[in-house]
Amino acid sequence: MSTDTNTAVETKRESLFSKKNRKLLKDPLDDSNPITVQVLGICSALAITVQLQQAVIMSLSVLFVMIGGNVIISLLRNLVPDRIRIIVQLVVVASLVIIVDQVLKAFQPDISEKLSVFVGLIITNCIIMGRLEAFALGNKPGPSLLDAIGNAMGYAWILLVVSIVREIFGSGAISLPGMGQVKFLPSSWFISEGGFYENNNLMILPPMALITVGIIIWIQRSRNQALIEEN
Amino acid sequence: MAINKNGTGYTFGFAIVMVVVVGAALAATAISLKPLQQANAADKKMMDILGAIKVDAQRDNAKQLFAEYVTSRVAIDASGTQVSVKQGEVSATDATDPFNIDIKKDYRSHKPVKGDLAWGNAGDLTFPVFECQKEGETYYVVPMVGSGLWGPIWGYVALEGDMQTIYGAKFDHKTETPGLGAEIKEDFFTVKFEGKTLAEVGPTYFSVLKGGAITNEHSVDGITGGTITSKGVDEMLNRTMGIYLKYFNNEQRAQR
Amino acid sequence: MEYLSIFVKGIFIENMIFAYFLGMCSYLAVSKTVKTANGLGLAVIFVLGITVPINYLLENYVLKEGALAWLNPEYANVDLSFLSFIMFIAVIASMVQLVEMIVEKFAPALYGALGIFLPLIAVNCSILGGALFMQDRQYPSIGEATVFGLGSGVGWWLAIVAIAAIREKIRYSHVPAPLRGLGITFIITGLMGIAFMSFMGIEI
Repeated sequence: MSTDTNTAVETKRESLFSKKNRKLLKDPLDDSNPITVQVLGICSALAITVQLQQAVIMSLSVLFVMIGGNVIISLLRNLVPDRIRIIVQLVVVASLVIIVDQVLKAFQPDISEKLSVFVGLIITNCIIMGRLEAFALGNKPGPSLLDAIGNAMGYAWILLVVSIVREIFGSGAISLPGMGQVKFLPSSWFISEGGFYENNNLMILPPMALITVGIIIWIQRSRNQALIEEN
Repeated sequence: MAINKNGTGYTFGFAIVMVVVVGAALAATAISLKPLQQANAADKKMMDILGAIKVDAQRDNAKQLFAEYVTSRVAIDASGTQVSVKQGEVSATDATDPFNIDIKKDYRSHKPVKGDLAWGNAGDLTFPVFECQKEGETYYVVPMVGSGLWGPIWGYVALEGDMQTIYGAKFDHKTETPGLGAEIKEDFFTVKFEGKTLAEVGPTYFSVLKGGAITNEHSVDGITGGTITSKGVDEMLNRTMGIYLKYFNNEQRAQR
Repeated sequence: MEYLSIFVKGIFIENMIFAYFLGMCSYLAVSKTVKTANGLGLAVIFVLGITVPINYLLENYVLKEGALAWLNPEYANVDLSFLSFIMFIAVIASMVQLVEMIVEKFAPALYGALGIFLPLIAVNCSILGGALFMQDRQYPSIGEATVFGLGSGVGWWLAIVAIAAIREKIRYSHVPAPLRGLGITFIITGLMGIAFMSFMGIEI
């Protein structure tokens, strides 16, 4: 009898680092990565991975909007009528993004300038909608928060890797928000200065982002055979 | 009484409440932040104008440097006649101040017919000229807007006191291709314009040439791989200069 | 003639997928067979063809600065463009809901095959992208805006049917196991993107 009540109490309160919660944070990094497995959020992965600083800003924005969106929708999940649930999700996400954009325009205008092109991309980032639909609508705010963080991290690391590759090979530089772009290859190496090196301009164009992600998938699935698709 | 979450009445009610709450939140944010945003936009404009006369301004000293270097702001119409002059402090909300002429909006609403360098449909638009004093010399900064490959491009060109020699230029864009068209923003491109002159007679006062062509004092080499954007800069320069040169020629005649 | 130019540009030169890389998620996920790709492509043509003109009316009579002047001349200074995103998305979401209901009724097999990607058309960046391009380029008439929407839709349809056809054939090639399916699709799409770059800058 006493053991029964004990287990009942234990299952009721998940500790902060319980297995289930850790899974929410860890899975999207590899097993259910939003970009390479769930196939969500691709558009932005192509458009803003030209420079590392863009990828950083985008990742932070997506993290913020996902946390806000997941928690709000999760809190509203028992109130939202079925027929308009897509519209409600979109309106919540769009409002969050617009508010972020307006606040940045007022307080951080330089970052806002860089971000303005992406504001539309964040709203339509399928990851945000996808997780709202697949998780937040059916789960409590706590786990929804963790799901948001996990997926945002999974999205972020792919973005960071692709942008580092593209920026290093495409511009011979690396950039960070606030630091601007820093060229680290000695200029004497370049052909225009009599050297032998030329930046790979193709890396700056979107198709290379696709090919880079393809290679990341190759590496990921070689290490994690469970992800390999059947023919 | 249990509310049917999926009932029509509830759905409508929820939708209405949502629209009201969201609308109010967004409107409140937009309205309360507007003054700050306008101030930021004004600072950026000042930084760009100062950049054209090679004064390096930051957001925190833009207003002060602008007041120091820009002596007056003139508005002209499409025929080159002066319409108004303003001096002293710039107010971001004063619609009569030439500083607040929104050239991008005007360009969009009076889009020139393709290839029409005379900008026939400029109509009753007004254009700003910024007269500056730097180290005893007079300079004139004129803004311009055009179209690149993917979106709008714009810039500020500074002319020396003779209203013919280019002292400096600053270009910017919204969505041109990074590494190609986007390079119009870079120093290596704008520095090519320095010291060049505008031709006496139009409609082509200046040329941005393609791929390694021989340049003279009325032309610069465009960006390799960024042909459309470079052509956009060319068109923008010539169409806008066509109007400003009418004003400058009037001024020079008046000064004689 | 202008209509034809806008239409053809939308298909080849300003292809939503290969020039702007918008709408990639559903493009990559639903292109396993030509049949489903065709279904989704047609749905996208329909949604783009309807939402761009509706958003055009919204933009020109409600949202942009001075647009409300027809209601009351006093409103000539009102600028509601900060509501653009939300209003465009609301229109798109409603249209997609409509399409969902139609597909469920008349083509239930397609409805099942498309799964979550049918409601995801609402967030398909190419649909919102279409509305935003229309807003940015300020087409002078609703006719041109509609043709732009249809052309972009056809371009998207062309892209997804093409990649689906390739993916169906490539199942019989010796693709390394880890690249099978999604990986090789990314790489092929990248190559197709490079090929379509040859269209860039063509004036018609």
